[in-house]
Amino acid sequence: MTYQTLQSLAQNLAKGTCSSVEITQDYLNKINELNLSLNCFISVDPARSLAQAAQADQRRARGEAGPLTGIPLAHKDIFCAKDWLTTCGSKMLSNFVSPYDAHVVESLNAAGMVTLGKTNMDEFAMGSSNETSFFGVVHNPWDLNRVPGGSSGGSAAAVAAGLAPVATGTDTGGSIRQPAALTGICGLKPTYGTVSRYGMIAFASSLDQAGPMAHTAADLALLLNAMVGFDGRDSTSLERPYTDYTGQLTQPLKGLRIGLPKEFLAAGLAPEVEQAVAAAIAQYQQLGATIVDVTLPNMGLSVPVYYVLAPAEASSNLSRYDGVRYGHRAAEYVDLMDMYKRSRAEGFGAEVKRRILIGTYVLSHGYYDAYYIRAQKLRRLIAQDFVAAFALCDVIMGPTSPTTAFKLGEKSADPLQMYLSDIYTIGVNLAGLPGMSIPCGFDGQGLPVGLQIIGNYFDEARMLNVAHQLQQVSDWHLRAPTAGVRS
Amino acid sequence: MKWEVVIGLETHAQLSTVSKIFSGASTAFGAAANCQACAVDIALPGVLPVLNTGAVERAIRFGLAVGGEVSPYSVFARKNYFYPDLPKGYQISQFELPIVVGGNLTITVGEQDKTIRLTRAHLEEDAGKSLHEEFRDRTGIDLNRAGTPLLEIVSEPDMRSAAEAVAYARTLHSLVRWIDVCDGNMQEGSFRCDANVSVRPMGSTVLGTRREIKNLNSFRFLQQAIDYEVQWQIGELEDGRSIQQATVLFDPASGETRMMRTKEDAHDYRYFPDPDLLPLAVSPERLAAVRAQMPLLPTERRQVLVDTYGLTVYDADQLTASRELAEYFDRAAAGATEQVGKLCANWICGALSASLNEAGLDITQSRVSAQQLRGLVDRVLDQTLSNKMAKLVFDAMWLGEGDADQIIAAKGLKQISDSGELARVIDEILAAQPQLVADFKSGKEKAFNALVGQVMRATRGSANPQQVNDILRSKLAV
Repeated sequence: MTYQTLQSLAQNLAKGTCSSVEITQDYLNKINELNLSLNCFISVDPARSLAQAAQADQRRARGEAGPLTGIPLAHKDIFCAKDWLTTCGSKMLSNFVSPYDAHVVESLNAAGMVTLGKTNMDEFAMGSSNETSFFGVVHNPWDLNRVPGGSSGGSAAAVAAGLAPVATGTDTGGSIRQPAALTGICGLKPTYGTVSRYGMIAFASSLDQAGPMAHTAADLALLLNAMVGFDGRDSTSLERPYTDYTGQLTQPLKGLRIGLPKEFLAAGLAPEVEQAVAAAIAQYQQLGATIVDVTLPNMGLSVPVYYVLAPAEASSNLSRYDGVRYGHRAAEYVDLMDMYKRSRAEGFGAEVKRRILIGTYVLSHGYYDAYYIRAQKLRRLIAQDFVAAFALCDVIMGPTSPTTAFKLGEKSADPLQMYLSDIYTIGVNLAGLPGMSIPCGFDGQGLPVGLQIIGNYFDEARMLNVAHQLQQVSDWHLRAPTAGVRS
Repeated sequence: MKWEVVIGLETHAQLSTVSKIFSGASTAFGAAANCQACAVDIALPGVLPVLNTGAVERAIRFGLAVGGEVSPYSVFARKNYFYPDLPKGYQISQFELPIVVGGNLTITVGEQDKTIRLTRAHLEEDAGKSLHEEFRDRTGIDLNRAGTPLLEIVSEPDMRSAAEAVAYARTLHSLVRWIDVCDGNMQEGSFRCDANVSVRPMGSTVLGTRREIKNLNSFRFLQQAIDYEVQWQIGELEDGRSIQQATVLFDPASGETRMMRTKEDAHDYRYFPDPDLLPLAVSPERLAAVRAQMPLLPTERRQVLVDTYGLTVYDADQLTASRELAEYFDRAAAGATEQVGKLCANWICGALSASLNEAGLDITQSRVSAQQLRGLVDRVLDQTLSNKMAKLVFDAMWLGEGDADQIIAAKGLKQISDSGELARVIDEILAAQPQLVADFKSGKEKAFNALVGQVMRATRGSANPQQVNDILRSKLAV
């Protein structure tokens, strides 16, 4: 199996060696061929994609093409896209056709990109394995018996298997970075407020952030360029001066200070993951970087803090799914309360219900101070740890996930075990910092390992530079799965 | 036993913004169901609220008007509960940190002024409407009202009678209209009150258990509901029962309140700060900018009227009942002397108010403009018109017959101030009424008035009364 980067596709389109329609058709063929075994996509609509591609080609013929015009991509099914089924991986929204575009979709459409389809995901982005989706599990292209990670598992698997050159994802506690790591691709969660959340179905509003998923850091930068920007429809969207995220890619890394938090070498970290990460860091030293020991003393609290705050927000965010105006409504009910109960009991899966219950509990009278308020205070401490660490270093590095891809069903019976798979990523969301994952090796079973790079606020361009430089001297990101994919 | 009534009011004033508090949809009243509900109002997946700065500005204006503290930092919270006309499953409101803290309102009941303390005022969104009667066996949902900006104004339990509660509500109603934050249209629900009512033995300092009467949308209902509720609570207590904290509804048809829910069924609203909205910061600069735009408040305007024109407090009070009325007076009395101002006030509070009441119009719909009224006053003052004639001219102006001068000319209503002409008429009367002249000379003062009456009759009211007096006196003194 081979794949092409966004960059190479863009060059081909610019040179005129192929058209957007041809490229799009090519990807649709691959989806047709492989989606049955991978289950990356919830919706595809070839006619619509090809029509969009034809428009992109016309735009190019008029001389109005931008750097992304005609490039196909896949959208996580958390983004509302006009006239597309937008399910968020849930039975609750299995009949919801969005009447409007999310900011991200609108921006990428405006750039001339072509939507290949909507990708599978954990239900309402709640999960780390893509096993909570109403539309079935997604298989990891490196080993079909393993999970692709989650919640952006469909986007990750689609890019890894070459069913889309790039994809959008969202990251509330690691949902871009962890599946990127488990499928051997790159994924970036920007600083909170960088990409508008308008039209992105909310899980935990104060943590949710959209970002790009791709094969290379350079591709991430190109896609991120088109995703960011102030949006008056999102009150948490930040107004920032324009940044070209490709601008610093080629800068040498001499003098780069890499912070290594000792807390990242926790119990539960697989030795092969630790070794691959250590090897990548050694490579960075060869590129001129220096290593700084830093500490994130409250990191151990990030999982419990997250599992108070995220469910609290989610319990309220998901209240709108009541069967009244759209979405699933029970076929039979005796009165209003019964309609609510049945519609929600039928429409939501077990993990979503678990988090609604946790969230409702921690916000309840008498528990609010002990849980929610305390968690908010700890959240500030966790963020302060990062601020202190960044006084000593430019980027922080460590593993993205404590293990490589685990087997389907391996952790789904034990939510706590599942929650711990996000231990390295969650703190970044709590602090609102940017974080990314890039491939940095493989374990003995041929499963990819992800290196996490955490930057200071708004330092995405530097992080992409750091990632890109490693990709100039390594080929982990160029490997494509072959063994696992039945075709 | 003598009982003391304790009342606190929570008032929802709909802020007069063109669009909703968190979306761009229109707030206009009366559109077809669900035609003014956008994606944000119907809470589609993925939509987000964006705060309307016009609503914030109005809340600040209110805070300044009542002398409350405008919080430099307030927070929107989610109040979570399920109801079909609450699309998000939560209402965005302010809970722990409201935009306005404290303040007070002075009310007048009878001759007595009383200051009612305000607890707070906070911004929130309205819910939609459930239509239970329109559909058989079903409930319709109209989300046009969902997201309409409200200012909830909460008083301390400082009122001691239904009359005080009504006076408070009226004063508040007049104030929010005066400072132009709410249109005050009670029929359309733009201004509605919840009354917290309790009773306690006279002299007690402990509050009794309260019951909250929801959604009173007229001053009359407010009065009736409280009166009924007070009697009901006293009856319960005197019969040896106790009051349970509850929410009740007032039924205007029966004049009774009835239980909606008790404290036991009260929701746990699970308030928490809305992560979709940043804390609302009001900088000193912004506060100063709003303050600079504030109109003079009713009490300040009242004092200006008393000081400038020597009006009675009563008249000044009348003229400041609404900002429109005060502005009408300002236009009528523009550049006027104290005397003219007083006359303008008399006409506005007298003939004009009567005509407006009779026609069911408010001052903005007056058929006599302020300039026309001033024209009339000027003709009274320069003695062209007697008061009696002036009323005729006013009535003609009301009927649209033109300005005072046009009507005077058309009707030939000029007052006779020509002393030669008057002397001639008076001579005729004196000649024709020897008995009255004789009576006067024998000391009967009444006879003088009768002679004046004769002169006025002969001139059909157009004689200048003062001049008639003077000429008669001088002629009879001879």
